[in-house]
Amino acid sequence: MTFHDILNQYDIDRLEEMISTQTAQDVQRALAVERPGPDELMALLSPAAEQFVEPMAQKAHAITVQRFGHNILLYAPLYISNECVNGCLYCGFSARNRVPRHTLSLEDVEKEARYLHAQGFRHILLVTGESPKAVDNDYLAAVARRLRPLFSSISIEVYPMETEGYRQMVESGVDGLTIYQETYDRDLYGRMHPSGKKSDFDFRLETPERGGRAGLRRIGIGSLLGLGRFRSEGFLTGLHALFLSRHYWRTQVSVSFPRIRPADGGFSPLHPVSDRQFVQLLCALRLLLPDAGLVLSTRESAALRDNLLPLGITQMSAGSCTAPGGYSDPNHSTQQFAIDDDRSPAEVCRLIRAKGYEAVWKDWDGAFLDRTAEQ
Amino acid sequence: MTNDSLVIGGRTFTSRLLVGTGKFSSNKAMIEAMEGSGCEIVTVALRRVDIENPEDSMLSHIDRDRYLLLPNTSGARDAEEAMRLARLARAAGCEPWVKLEVTPDPYYLLPDPIETLKAARILVKEGFTVLPYINADPVLAKHLQEAGTATVMPLGAPIGTNRGLRTRDQIRIIIEQAIVPVVVDAGLGAPSHAAEAMEMGADAVLVNTALAVSPNPGAMGAAFKKGVQAGREAFLAGLGEQSQKAQASSPLTGFLHD
Repeated sequence: MTFHDILNQYDIDRLEEMISTQTAQDVQRALAVERPGPDELMALLSPAAEQFVEPMAQKAHAITVQRFGHNILLYAPLYISNECVNGCLYCGFSARNRVPRHTLSLEDVEKEARYLHAQGFRHILLVTGESPKAVDNDYLAAVARRLRPLFSSISIEVYPMETEGYRQMVESGVDGLTIYQETYDRDLYGRMHPSGKKSDFDFRLETPERGGRAGLRRIGIGSLLGLGRFRSEGFLTGLHALFLSRHYWRTQVSVSFPRIRPADGGFSPLHPVSDRQFVQLLCALRLLLPDAGLVLSTRESAALRDNLLPLGITQMSAGSCTAPGGYSDPNHSTQQFAIDDDRSPAEVCRLIRAKGYEAVWKDWDGAFLDRTAEQ
Repeated sequence: MTNDSLVIGGRTFTSRLLVGTGKFSSNKAMIEAMEGSGCEIVTVALRRVDIENPEDSMLSHIDRDRYLLLPNTSGARDAEEAMRLARLARAAGCEPWVKLEVTPDPYYLLPDPIETLKAARILVKEGFTVLPYINADPVLAKHLQEAGTATVMPLGAPIGTNRGLRTRDQIRIIIEQAIVPVVVDAGLGAPSHAAEAMEMGADAVLVNTALAVSPNPGAMGAAFKKGVQAGREAFLAGLGEQSQKAQASSPLTGFLHD
């Protein structure tokens, strides 16, 4: 069984209708049960739940403190290539955009990494476009091996690989994978990804499962908010996370909430998600997934991030730059998207502490994977 | 009560309350909880600290002359990973003590009995004082004792749930049969839970979440200290038997014994 079997049970339009017809009583019942399931998630994502966002937030906060304490893990993305063969309509790296293309050498990657290390980061996320000529598995493995001494945890957000590729990553010191489905609406996915390998919906959908089979310790999923309708996207993201956590029970699943940001190409969101809807989605998924990591990036504004922090977030990026080479050389201007919170990591740390939380730089140890340390 | 000490691995402790250091909102709150609790043993997740760096923000706050730093292997999915972390801590200068946690399931963090036993056997042979975190399984507890662990640490409820002694009947059997100290670990959410464990005859308890999520960790630590002391004193004093029926203080047939 794969997640396809579950996804195929749903027609997106029918799903939207089912969610939209949930009542206030359904929402109250969903809020009252100890462990909400898919039926309750449907209610929590409904228009009727909009008047219950405050009690949802209260409950999401309480659950998160109970399960994670007052800790926020900090991480930084490290963009190592913007070369890409895909034609995604919304992405600044799209092959359709005539922008300077650049892939960092191993030396340049290390330079960027040392900059982030000096800022305090010990969890790093390597990001690339999809370009078999510029970036392949061997290159990524070499990058991971080079950076292992500097970081406790290395995750990747790159093109989907086969299971063997992920095994190679694990052996090279990678412990986490982030892979967004972008949208669970197959038709919409086809329109948004008209060319390139990424146009294969099924291959992308099965990617987290291949990562789980390869033994990756952390897998992050999410849909790109602004493409599909957030209620059905949120519902299917929740089901996907539940499926992964049950079938790959040794792997920690996390969910991210990337909202479409301005980027080269000038794409406008098809279904904009308001701040209120964003909060509703975040809280609904926390209630469904009490032990999942919930990730907030610098796509959101500083003010909003400050207010979202106590609602269920467990991980945040800080001081991000989405241009390859952009940390050590600010003149690199080709970004995947424009960030909104441009505060330094130190400033984000101060905010976290001011909110009564501890900023955690390290919550993992490379020794878990270091077979050479065995005696 | 003056000689009622807790002895683990040949070391004597006056406090029977161990404290975990995760989930606190700040190192200051963590220290307040430790001080309030009167604990002498604090457990630290190796994955959270830079064990080789004395300037690590958490480690630098813990006075190692006052507290025994008990590294734990939280995050380890199998015996190999747990052993690797234990050796890492020892190589970094920690005493060879380890709270052995092997929790392949990242959701409820339930311990893997097979991998825990495997790691315990090897670490004991390597000279570690091993305190294994286990489900409340009396047979596993016996295997671990035979392997030479310094304690057994059965869970009262899954980590972080604050649900109390959900495994009461199994813990009672472990206590009854134990030849090493029994430290009830995980799930204790209130001082009354700790008192109950101690009344049953547990040698000590370990608490973390209940302190870390309290708005006043120092005061909660002090409350747990009292709960542990009250439970211990009640156990030593001898609790009366429970009965389903009233026992008449002036029985009707008392004259038969006159």
